[in-house]
Amino acid sequence: MLQNSKSTFGWVTIILHWLIAMSILGLLALGFVMRRLSLDPALQFSLYQWHKSFGFTVLALAALRAVWHVLDRQPQAPSGLSVLERRAARTTHAILIGLTIAVPLAGWAVASTSTLNIPSFYFDWFVISHLPMAKSEAAESFWTSTHAILAYATLALVALHAMAALYHHMVRRDEVLVRMLPTRLLRRGEVEKTKGSQVIAKRK
Amino acid sequence: MIKQQSKATPTALALGVVLATTFGPSATSASAPQLSDAAGSYGITGASRVHFSVAQVGGGGIIGDFGKFSGNFRIDGNNIARSSVEFTLYPESVETGESRVEDFLKSSAVFDSATYRTVTFRSTSVKQTGPDTAAVEGTLTARGKARKERFSVKLMDWNSRSISFIIRGSIFRSPYGMDVGTPIYSNVVEFDMNIKGQKH
Repeated sequence: MLQNSKSTFGWVTIILHWLIAMSILGLLALGFVMRRLSLDPALQFSLYQWHKSFGFTVLALAALRAVWHVLDRQPQAPSGLSVLERRAARTTHAILIGLTIAVPLAGWAVASTSTLNIPSFYFDWFVISHLPMAKSEAAESFWTSTHAILAYATLALVALHAMAALYHHMVRRDEVLVRMLPTRLLRRGEVEKTKGSQVIAKRK
Repeated sequence: MIKQQSKATPTALALGVVLATTFGPSATSASAPQLSDAAGSYGITGASRVHFSVAQVGGGGIIGDFGKFSGNFRIDGNNIARSSVEFTLYPESVETGESRVEDFLKSSAVFDSATYRTVTFRSTSVKQTGPDTAAVEGTLTARGKARKERFSVKLMDWNSRSISFIIRGSIFRSPYGMDVGTPIYSNVVEFDMNIKGQKH
């Protein structure tokens, strides 16, 4: 149940998938809003700090997700997919996982190279050190661009990924989307529990 | 309004953004300036330095200077406690070496220098705390809020025309509505100033 099975995803994959998905969509929106120059400067400062704390959270979750992706088995692709389609799916998933790590790393590089030298104080809880990088306006502006470009690339890929899932669900009517939803796992859990109690009842 | 020079016995004075000093007669040699010379009214000169720092978590912090300020002080040779100081600084002259930090400090988040052009200090009491030190209390007004604050003053140097002090004070920024950035940045601003006065 925690792990993926031959046919579907387990709890670890499902929870990480949706936590990271919600977080990065929130971070993209936050990142877009906080760059608006017309913002109240005090509010803007706070938004940046929230963005950093949530960003570090995603980095940790994404690293876990990547390790899990490598270690755990992958459910089989639904039948009827061409080799090209399977390869495209695998590649997209690998790139997406890579981006969920690369984007926050690039963000960390922004905080680290910025001549503002603002500490990363994780949810006002503990300080996360800057990366050992030289601070300069050039480095900061390079990493700011990199962070933004990677973030927009992620958004584009997420859109593609979501459309592919909807295509599977509505056009091909296969399990690709459904098996990433927690609802079926919950239902299956109930079925198994019922089955289990039936077995116990029989033994009695 | 130059104050009449006082007779110095074991005396003295001083003060700067205020201060006072007591030196025994032995401290004055023939060539040294007479302590009584320090009494008088002074204008704070541009050679003064108004330095500040705000610590940040993990070490370091924001350090800077205010480039534009003005003020006067009067050292009462007879009674140091009757000395006084008034000081004005212009937050838009803040310098930190990072223009974005300066813009932030001038913005509505901190000084709001467009609305509140000055930060002022007016002494209300001066107490001598040592041979060459004093504590100056007064009203600090920033961002439309006035509060009693205290600075410590140490006499560094003087002659018949000019005088120099080191003045330090730890000021909480939250009472002035400037607590943005806490707790990443300390609520306390450390002032470390070298105030030079020229006799009027």
